Amino acid sequence: MKGFYVVLVTVAVVGGGVIWYGSRAQPASAPPPGASPRVAASDGFRGFTLGSDVAPVEVTEYSDFECPFCASFATVQMPVIRDQLITTGRVRWRYRDFPLSDTHRWARLAALAAQCAGEQGKFWEMHDQMFLHHRWAQTSKNPRSLFRDFAEGVGADLDKYDACVDGDRYAGRVQASFEEGAALGVRGTPTFFVNGKRFEGRPTSDGFKALVDSLTKPGK
Amino acid sequence: MTRRRQAIALLALVGLLLASYLWLYKIGVVGTLQCGAGGGECEFVQASRYADVFGVPVALIGVAGYGALLAVGLVGLQPAFAESRRVSVLLATLASVGFAFTLYLTYVELFVLHAICRWCVASAVIITAIWVLSLAALRDR
Repeated sequence: MKGFYVVLVTVAVVGGGVIWYGSRAQPASAPPPGASPRVAASDGFRGFTLGSDVAPVEVTEYSDFECPFCASFATVQMPVIRDQLITTGRVRWRYRDFPLSDTHRWARLAALAAQCAGEQGKFWEMHDQMFLHHRWAQTSKNPRSLFRDFAEGVGADLDKYDACVDGDRYAGRVQASFEEGAALGVRGTPTFFVNGKRFEGRPTSDGFKALVDSLTKPGK
Repeated sequence: MTRRRQAIALLALVGLLLASYLWLYKIGVVGTLQCGAGGGECEFVQASRYADVFGVPVALIGVAGYGALLAVGLVGLQPAFAESRRVSVLLATLASVGFAFTLYLTYVELFVLHAICRWCVASAVIITAIWVLSLAALRDR
């Protein structure tokens, strides 16, 4: 019987240790050598941006509108990041599409819809609508008409929007963005690059603020 | 009887660790909170609306269930309860509830989400083994 308790305690200690090890924050690391984006977008488009063109730090986010973690990030962390880092001119945020179409049936349509709103200068408004009202991602219902409602809600011209979405006008852009991310080693969403280096920390407003602070401190 | 209860306790401990890991993942303490390409089906399953039952994360239900099985299994190993049939009945009841719940979750994975999370499969194997052992212990006299 004593041997049994030894085994039990050993399993508990080893298992607990593995979980504890896994819970430690991962440090930021550089991307693999030679991993700079080389896949040209069909029209050279490099993603919609928020913030100052002369901000010292650029964060590129590879995201998928259907991904619940992206929605959580966009609705919980992003408002704080906008207030603390983007509107203060410290960070420029770049959004790149990485639709995981294997598991997310409507991700590519969502990306196209956002691009079409973006064509009319309403990308970020559409982005916020997609993520704030994310229940569409948890049903199997075709969200095409809901996206159209979002576009109307953000003030887009619906005739232009319809022509754009129905014609898959930006399918090439979305695909190029996806291929660019894949070439950079993106495997899931959201994935972030800070000044070209992959961000491996916990994607929270505090995590980004700490990194931006360290990158912009005097003498750096 | 004792051997079976030892095996149940050990399996319940492994299940408890597994469910704890999934729960900590669910609340963002471990792992990367990402939707994955290809192999990311655990993320997909864990982020689906089926990962909560009446607002309680499935993984937390697993922690409670395996914790209860471990506790009852250990109590059943004490000399005072070694021959207790009540302990065997309680173990078989808990294991049957866990097994039925696992059948439901596996159905959701296979036929609703069309995604299989390997950690969930591991848990399904563990609870099935516990269920079989607990039924066998029930027949011991």
